[in-house]
Amino acid sequence: MATATSVPTEAGPAGEPDATPARRRRSWRQLPIVHQLGQSVGLQRGMLVAGLVLMGVFLLTALFAPLLAPYEYGQLRDAEGLFGAQQSPSGDHLLGTTVGGYDVLSRVIWGSRTALYVIVVAVLLSIVAGVLLGLVSGYFGGWLDRVLVVIADAIYAFPALLLAIIVAIVISGGQSSLWGGILAAAISITVVFIPQYFRVVRAETVRIKAEAFVESARVIGASNRRIMLRHVLRNATRTLPLILTLNASEAILTLAGLGFLGFGIEATEAAEWGYDLQQSLSDVTSGIWWTSLFPGLAIVLVVLGLTLVGESLNDLADPRLRTRRRVADQEPAEEGEVAAVPGGALTRGPAGVGGLGVTVAGERPGTPASAGATGAEPADGQVAGPDVTGQDGGGTRS
Amino acid sequence: MSVVDIKDLQISFATDAGTVTAVQDVTLAVQAGEVLAIVGESGSGKTVTARSILGLLPETARVRGAVVLSSKDGTDEHDVVPLSGAKLREVRGQDAAMVFQEPSTSLNPVYPIGWQIAEGLRAHGEYSKKEARAKAIDVLRRVGIPDPEDRVDHYPHQFSGGQKQRIVIAQALVLDPGVIIADEPTTALDVTVQAEILELLRRCRDDFGAAIVLITHNMGVVADLADRVAVMYQGRIVEQADVRTLFSAPKDPYTRQLLAAVPRLGQGVERTRERAAGRAAGWERAAPVVEARDLRIVYPGRMRRPDFVAVDGVSFSIRPGEVLGLVGESGSGKTTIGRAIAGLTKVSDGSLAVLGTEMNGMKERPFRPVRERIGFVFQDPASSFNPLLTIADAVAEPLVVHKRAKDPRAARPRVDELLEAVQLPKAFGDRYPHELSGGQRQRASLARALALQPELLIADEPTSALDVSVQARVLELFAELQRELGFAALFISHDLAVVDLLADRIAVLYRGRLVEEGTGAEVLGAPKHPYTQRLIASLPVPDPDEQARRRTHWNTLRAAE
Repeated sequence: MATATSVPTEAGPAGEPDATPARRRRSWRQLPIVHQLGQSVGLQRGMLVAGLVLMGVFLLTALFAPLLAPYEYGQLRDAEGLFGAQQSPSGDHLLGTTVGGYDVLSRVIWGSRTALYVIVVAVLLSIVAGVLLGLVSGYFGGWLDRVLVVIADAIYAFPALLLAIIVAIVISGGQSSLWGGILAAAISITVVFIPQYFRVVRAETVRIKAEAFVESARVIGASNRRIMLRHVLRNATRTLPLILTLNASEAILTLAGLGFLGFGIEATEAAEWGYDLQQSLSDVTSGIWWTSLFPGLAIVLVVLGLTLVGESLNDLADPRLRTRRRVADQEPAEEGEVAAVPGGALTRGPAGVGGLGVTVAGERPGTPASAGATGAEPADGQVAGPDVTGQDGGGTRS
Repeated sequence: MSVVDIKDLQISFATDAGTVTAVQDVTLAVQAGEVLAIVGESGSGKTVTARSILGLLPETARVRGAVVLSSKDGTDEHDVVPLSGAKLREVRGQDAAMVFQEPSTSLNPVYPIGWQIAEGLRAHGEYSKKEARAKAIDVLRRVGIPDPEDRVDHYPHQFSGGQKQRIVIAQALVLDPGVIIADEPTTALDVTVQAEILELLRRCRDDFGAAIVLITHNMGVVADLADRVAVMYQGRIVEQADVRTLFSAPKDPYTRQLLAAVPRLGQGVERTRERAAGRAAGWERAAPVVEARDLRIVYPGRMRRPDFVAVDGVSFSIRPGEVLGLVGESGSGKTTIGRAIAGLTKVSDGSLAVLGTEMNGMKERPFRPVRERIGFVFQDPASSFNPLLTIADAVAEPLVVHKRAKDPRAARPRVDELLEAVQLPKAFGDRYPHELSGGQRQRASLARALALQPELLIADEPTSALDVSVQARVLELFAELQRELGFAALFISHDLAVVDLLADRIAVLYRGRLVEEGTGAEVLGAPKHPYTQRLIASLPVPDPDEQARRRTHWNTLRAAE
């Protein structure tokens, strides 16, 4: 062999057949949001927790609306007769009643259901369509790409709410039932959101297409479909949770906007915060505050919660924005664990948004050293110790 | 007199995985007017140590110990560690300056270079526009930029890589600092340019009287420039000695194996002869695996720019079982040739026959079965694996694609075999790429390339992203596998010494043309083309005395031009 004989084994045959099985397991800690929660510190953690609490309350309210709400959303009377319009908050109606004679508290609670339906349907529809279009457009490029980008840009250039109104009119003729209304709102929101997912996924796809691992798949002879689905798609969707949360809050605002402008769902079909706000417009000047305050507050809190979660996920995904615990003011506990690179060695799995950055060439996973390494390596005089990976803790010295 | 005095330096970082200590118990002194080289592998803490001299550490770092910086005339002394804000700015540039690795990113593209040089002056005193300009022109002339009066108003993109590095050095020199910290100043440059920059740095010491802290992993550069060497390993200094002592009598075992791992020119000649002797008769008449005739590859120019000719009239052939080494500087077209053989880049003109298939006007579908017979190893092991697939899945990919196995699980026995062949433990198959070191990933990459037992392997700079000792190991593995499996190979590299180790024949590319081809002994022993001569002369060797001789030779070659 031409190379010197005492070359170190850079990947020592670490005599550990299965040294760290625990690391292989995808524990619940690796789940997207849980993972970020463990990662966060200080103010960022506060933001994330606050956002999660708000979202949790919203989800629970939507789920258990029938149990929580004292009345139905369209209920005008009970055994004792009509509720009466614009009643101030009292024992019977904790948050008063609206101008139409509905119970405010019940409508606020039921409204969370409608909001949730719209979010789920809108986000699902736009994600599926946007991701597929973005993937195909970014991967193949050419005239298809150009046409799709122009269409997406055209939709982008339109004011979102105006577009939503047009779609709402086209779909439902303006008014409709519960699901008709929800679908109208959801589809109109979908149309507005598709370009967002489309652009993000397309940009990522274009970037990933140039990565060496995609080229290596092409050199192997993998088909386009295989490359797209196996190599590009999963790597391109890493930022989606962020857009998803931010878009969910936008979906609520668009729904409320539609309702406020009178393109929402009839009061008898479902409770809808934007519709209630519109109904209470005239109340504000006459000193009736409860009809507008609570639906408004509900919108603000849900949007705030979603935005907080989205923003903190965004910050946590970026190692430069992520704050970390300060270095403790004491001697490091152990010596020898010194193979370090600023930014930290990546030991976490590629789970969720912040799981994986680009691995810098200098970063070495700190695999535990195993003393007395033995194995398939030809024992031609290894010098122990000086080993990049730090694996050859106590190898043989010739 | 020492300009920098580092005492008991310890630096730790807050990371996601907790506190990590990057540097420990480092005590160093830099004397005025000397070149101190700090060498070590990536992650050894050499950059962090040097950056602490300027207080250039990220917020997450915590520094203990003392870094005393004296001004050039010795009148002033500062401990940099507790300094911050205005005090720190006063020291930076004035007492110590920095030269970064990548000259193309360390200059601001939207300002002329004269402005950027004057920026340092403005930060440290009152200069009129005229004075600042005069000083910038002066320093540009001294670092060897031609026509400085004119070029002072040019923008960074109007300079070549080597010139940009000169400008960065000028920027560091303009305030006449006592010490210049040069962080891998030549790593991003071609060998021939590297020699010129090293010459310039030597003049910084001799003419400007600046001490230099040189951070590098290249032992040849150390031998060329350094007066004294500190070897760092895992955050500690394992050995400190003057350059001759270190190269002739290294004490620490780590230093010894680091030096042993450096490839040297001429090491491969003997082996090539042996291999040539071992060939069966009639071998030369066998049909070549790859045959290029007047190969021309052109990248179409955009927006009315002229086309770029990457490869221009290149002819060569690779016979079965033969390793052809392709050497050239960046932009010489060597990677383009490798990609064309793998069908990743279109051939514009001429003929390129790969395993009997003509690549000029190639269609993807008929070429797919040929792909089975070609393996490819990419340069950067970090990005050539899908981060979401385990190593076993990635290695199984070619087997699954070509229907040798139904799914990755069915391919596992073969994958384990392959991992064993590249000397990786089987259990590594369950890991994700980021959990492996660079060298381990490059072995896995080799395993993937060899999965289908190809007749031809294309290796595009497979070791240039790796540390020296890791590189030596990977090269050795490559040679072993090549001997056992007998595939033909195209080995692309910018490093002559590396190519020399492996290749049966060496081809030298220069600006898209093949300027020289022959066995290692022919090309290295008696280079005919002036470019090859210059290339060989500018390659620094890890031996200070030998390198001094070579430098004189290089200077005469340069003067002759």
